[in-house]
Amino acid sequence: MTEQDSTQRLPEESGETGSCQLDRRTFLSKSLAAPAMLLAVLQPAPSDKAAAAETPQAEAYRPSQHNYAMGIDPGKCIGCGRCAEACKTENNVPREPFYFRTWIERYVIQTDGQVTVSSPNGGLSGFPPVQETGILRTFFVPKLCNHCANPPCVQVCPVGATFTTQDGVVLVDESYCIGCRYCIQACPYGARFLHPVKRTAEKCTFCYHRLVKGLRPACVEVCPTQARIFGDLKERASPLSRFMRFNQIQVLKAHLNTEPKVFYANLDGEVK
Amino acid sequence: MPQQIWRLLVVFGVLVTGLVVARHFLIPKTFGEIGHYRAAAVSSVAARKVNYAGREACAVCHDEIAKDYVRRKHGNLTCEVCHGAGAAHADAPTEVKLQTPRQRAACLLCHSYDPSRPTGFPQIDPVAHNAPKPCVGCHNPHAPEPPHTPEQCGACHGQIARAKEVSPHAALECTQCHKVEKQHLLTPAASTPSVPTSREFCGQCHASGAASAKEIPRVDMAAHGQLYVCWQCHYPHYPELR
Repeated sequence: MTEQDSTQRLPEESGETGSCQLDRRTFLSKSLAAPAMLLAVLQPAPSDKAAAAETPQAEAYRPSQHNYAMGIDPGKCIGCGRCAEACKTENNVPREPFYFRTWIERYVIQTDGQVTVSSPNGGLSGFPPVQETGILRTFFVPKLCNHCANPPCVQVCPVGATFTTQDGVVLVDESYCIGCRYCIQACPYGARFLHPVKRTAEKCTFCYHRLVKGLRPACVEVCPTQARIFGDLKERASPLSRFMRFNQIQVLKAHLNTEPKVFYANLDGEVK
Repeated sequence: MPQQIWRLLVVFGVLVTGLVVARHFLIPKTFGEIGHYRAAAVSSVAARKVNYAGREACAVCHDEIAKDYVRRKHGNLTCEVCHGAGAAHADAPTEVKLQTPRQRAACLLCHSYDPSRPTGFPQIDPVAHNAPKPCVGCHNPHAPEPPHTPEQCGACHGQIARAKEVSPHAALECTQCHKVEKQHLLTPAASTPSVPTSREFCGQCHASGAASAKEIPRVDMAAHGQLYVCWQCHYPHYPELR
């Protein structure tokens, strides 16, 4: 064994004598490459850990791979209010009739051109009978936060408590919001309100806690006529992309350049 | 270096140190990691409790109902539309029971007549349609095909039926103008009723020379709107000209 060891050591020693002949250029390039390789090996580990810590429920969830949006087909909405009810239950929204993350509006357009928009209790407990004479058109329109790609509410927040996530959802950081209500004023869609107990701004989250678990938002889940279609704009084949392909798509208050991500199909011109 | 510069430098030094220390304590740990917000806020929102379990969760145990249900008229509805949020029940099936709505009001939320609802969506007049009886007495909510096919068109086409009732055409049967295949009563979308395709059809009553009751308004078919079939301008279920 000792003989073998000595015989093995011999070529090593000769190698070492060889390394003494390393020129400066090779030495520098090799010593520069070593820490870079070390970094490359170590790099993926902490980032994986961070992602896992972010969403402990779904390790595979990568926010940057999604861009969520919703499609709404008012032609299918029956105004049953199940979406508004499910939203309140799912997100513990106060039950008083002033606080809604999503609600339904009824439009009644009369032959004399008068337009009446009503939303008693957000449509949650149904709509009262309507005077049937003299109606030109009447229909329901579900509304919610438009999760704008260019959100005015995020722009005005003085502390950075409301923000757009990497997957395109506009959220509120409850523990950082100072309750100044600037964002409530800035939202052109009236989609925000001040929580009466927490005194912080609240709004639709697209049920973000459900999305990260692979579930659909509660309002989409319970809609009995599939008037709401949820999906990912980065996905090429999905119910949403089909909806976007086969309908004339409009957004609310397009002239404000907020780039809403709630898309309406064949929307009536009276809907603002 | 002059003394006043030294003093200024000290003042600046104190200010900068104060700023750095204040920033350290005032700015939350994860602020600015992804954008101008607390990165930890995303995970705290994502960690909120789910209350609606979703349809797939129901099918795990109630596979008998789920299997047949999808092919029925209510097949697009998730169970939780009627039975309420079910995540608590999915977690503890024996302790938490879900509601089983049996009152008329539960069904009428969707199926009572409302002119704002899309035409063709099944709607009933809550007063005229077997008023005090609960819906579940005749209709199985998991397979809500009507116990017998509707005899009146108004059962589904309430909006049209109501307009026609108060119009000069009230006395006309729907079948006077529409040919309805039997298939339409069973699967409405598979066979749609016909509509009049010629002006002469309306002319049977409304042409100047027609042999009909004399109070019926007449038009000169040769001179009036030759380019169109009558219903392209006049709404036959509520004709506006008397």
